[in-house]
Amino acid sequence: MYKNFEELSPVAIDCLQEIGNIGSGNAVSSLSAMLGKPVTMHVPTISVLDYQAIIDKVGGPEKIMTAILVSFKGDIKGMMMFLLENAFAQIVVNTFMGKDHIDVIKMDDADSSAVKEMGNIMAGAYLSALGAMAEFTIEMDPPSMTVDMMGALMSAPMTTLTEVGDKVLFIDEGIKVDFVNIESNIILIPEMESLEILMKKLGVDK
Amino acid sequence: MNITIGIGDLKVCKPPDILVTYALGSCVGVCLYDMATKVGGLSHIMLPESNADSRLKTPMRFADSALPMLVDQMVRMGASRARLTAKIAGGATMFATASDKFNIGERNLEAVRKFLRENRIPILAEDVGLDYGRTQFFYPETGVMEIRAAAKGNKTF
Repeated sequence: MYKNFEELSPVAIDCLQEIGNIGSGNAVSSLSAMLGKPVTMHVPTISVLDYQAIIDKVGGPEKIMTAILVSFKGDIKGMMMFLLENAFAQIVVNTFMGKDHIDVIKMDDADSSAVKEMGNIMAGAYLSALGAMAEFTIEMDPPSMTVDMMGALMSAPMTTLTEVGDKVLFIDEGIKVDFVNIESNIILIPEMESLEILMKKLGVDK
Repeated sequence: MNITIGIGDLKVCKPPDILVTYALGSCVGVCLYDMATKVGGLSHIMLPESNADSRLKTPMRFADSALPMLVDQMVRMGASRARLTAKIAGGATMFATASDKFNIGERNLEAVRKFLRENRIPILAEDVGLDYGRTQFFYPETGVMEIRAAAKGNKTF
């Protein structure tokens, strides 16, 4: 059984990368359909990184980001966090509420629920792609969204890590909506038992 | 000089140095201070309790193992145990749903308060709980703790 994500072989990482591509592709099409705007994405890259490296990569501990946290259960269990640059919230609020240049950290409830809804749809699309590929049933708990400093946002996934070491699966995808580049990242923390089940199902030996 | 304390780390210093830890979420930043010698210390606590294994590997992450280390390091720098006072910040609940059900912020605060109570270290100020991140500065020159939060501005304690 896997003890931590560092034990994943290059083949296993490739396999997760492929799942990530399909998941992200699915999330991006849902977003495009909802916004009624063209959305493209770079080919996502998946890596195994510790939380400090993730914070640095995303822009430092005090960078303000929008995070959507989802727990999932069913055939595999775990936690996923979507991290989106503020431009994402700007575009969503502009599209649905017709407002320009909002202060993302001080969004009102209506703006905030529009952004949250978009985030939920993307998270759902990502997880259902993962489920479909492995023929798994995955149930999502209701997601929650917070806009705050990156370091503070990371404390939620970080505190679940003590049993599996410090490293998690980090997916760097980057999307482009209406010619605006938006850094978008996913932190994926399946439980170790679930990772084992997933890898077996996909035919990847340890 | 600003001395930065990373996640699950701790540092001690004397003036004119300043201690800072960025973006506490559910983590708790504990500033200890001896006013007479102006020795200050800051510990960035991630989790309440260590176990036999984690105490050896990463003791500075846990309230029960980090805080005794912080006190020892301050005493080695000249502080008196009997004079130590505390100012604490953090312990927020960053996400509203069941995903954050472990309530780590609250449990971290309980563990920190328990240690301080048992070691008779009075808490002079706290800016804790609620649902937002905090950057914490501690100035050993004056004993002032400053908190910066993205949506709430700056506060000094």
